[in-house]
Amino acid sequence: MILMIGFKDITLWIHQMLSGYLNPGWVVASEALLVGLAMILLVVIMAVAMIYMERKVAGFMQLRLGPMRVGLWGSMQAFADVLKLLLKECLTPNGADKLLFSLAPFVVLTVSFLALAPFSFAPGLQLWDLNIGVLYISAVSSIGVIGILMAGWSSNNKYSLLGGMRSGAQIVSYELSAGLSIIAIVIMCGSLSIHDIILSQSDGWWIFKGHLPAMFAFVVFVIASTAELNRAPFDLAEAEQELTAGFHTEYSGMQFAMFFLAEYTNMFIVSMVGTTVFLGGWMPFHIVGFEAFNHLMDYVPSFIWFFGKTFFILFLIMWFRWTFPRMRIDQLLKLEWKYLLPLSIINIVIAAFITIMGWHF
Amino acid sequence: MKALFRYFSSIFSAFKSLWTGMRLTFYYLSHPKTILTQQYPENRKTLYIPEAFKGEVVLIHDENNEHGCTACRMCEMTCPNGTIKITSITEETEDGKKKKILDEWIYNLGMCTFCAQCIEACPQNAIKMQNTFEHSVYDRKELIKKLNHPGSKLKSTKKI
Repeated sequence: MILMIGFKDITLWIHQMLSGYLNPGWVVASEALLVGLAMILLVVIMAVAMIYMERKVAGFMQLRLGPMRVGLWGSMQAFADVLKLLLKECLTPNGADKLLFSLAPFVVLTVSFLALAPFSFAPGLQLWDLNIGVLYISAVSSIGVIGILMAGWSSNNKYSLLGGMRSGAQIVSYELSAGLSIIAIVIMCGSLSIHDIILSQSDGWWIFKGHLPAMFAFVVFVIASTAELNRAPFDLAEAEQELTAGFHTEYSGMQFAMFFLAEYTNMFIVSMVGTTVFLGGWMPFHIVGFEAFNHLMDYVPSFIWFFGKTFFILFLIMWFRWTFPRMRIDQLLKLEWKYLLPLSIINIVIAAFITIMGWHF
Repeated sequence: MKALFRYFSSIFSAFKSLWTGMRLTFYYLSHPKTILTQQYPENRKTLYIPEAFKGEVVLIHDENNEHGCTACRMCEMTCPNGTIKITSITEETEDGKKKKILDEWIYNLGMCTFCAQCIEACPQNAIKMQNTFEHSVYDRKELIKKLNHPGSKLKSTKKI
């Protein structure tokens, strides 16, 4: 019985209930407020879950236990850290550009939240069914580099500036191959809307339907988006050992926490893009011909499918971070301009050819 | 053509070596028994400290309460921090020879950096490093230890 109630019914019920009490203008305003609160709640819960997961994965991969003291198996560690950061002073260095310095964390976080808008978490659970959803996400998420450059510049610290510049070079280069790898799927699907892309995968995920080009695009997407996130092995912008945390060296307290939250939100967004475009969004896993198996898979709620796949990609990114050593800046640019970009362009040509011939399922 | 082959073979070798590393870290992740961390205060009864861990310097005493220190002061001279202070007394043996005998082997644990140079310097192998580590005390003076047991003697070496 519970399975029969979709998210569409819930949102409709809320809308009707609000319409009963308020006039239309206030209904829109209060719905916008509710949606904003829901998004912030989602991001905070996901960030806490991701931080705990990251620390545990890191610990186990390095033959450690990870956090163990606060709460059962260290589960309260993230809350304790946030509480500590809330109580700390937000320090501004003497020579810093005060306005830009205090603005930068907000820019970075706002950009991360903006990119959350067009995602579809489950059938009927979508904020904004934009007809250019994928384009919107990749366009908005690359504005984040401005916040990082602002932070690096305004700190009046040579390490921060170096970190910011490196981050700029990195995001500008890797934005290309991340975009091109998504375009390979967009060609096959024929739509930029998130909703349409998910619906087109009801008979199979694009990573399986699209043959080799889709798989290659997935690999390129994971590499390029890891680089866009400024995470190891591409964490030149932060590089604890050489730049002492790069662009957020001078930040403390909640300003630092906002950078941290933005980083994890970006990680969540990238995983959601990967899930939506390559792994079928909230579509369950189906094998053509196995009817009983397919029906069993249909019983798993769609949002569990969505978040399960998202956490799979998150785990991949964490796995990379705790395995690979950091690249040099020349290796980083060589990987992008000599390997990923030419190969993605060839990949798009092959994907277009397959689409024209109708070889994809 | 050769350049193209090199280009693609470098990609494959890169993926191969990355996969080797990822397989190792996944093995560690999926086998929690490989974890080396010990939950120290909780597991005091089952705590494992490696034999070679350098905890403190001890003077080796055998079952007859005899040690091997001839008070040559090599360890005192080698010690970079002045941790060791050795006092000796001269005794006259029956046949009229004067002999230096160890009086007090003073070891200041608070100043020791556990470099183990004293152990290497000792010509008699009379001292060693022990793997005990719970050395906290409330008064700094308690860290200054006298290592030779009361009433201990020099090990009688066989006369040729």
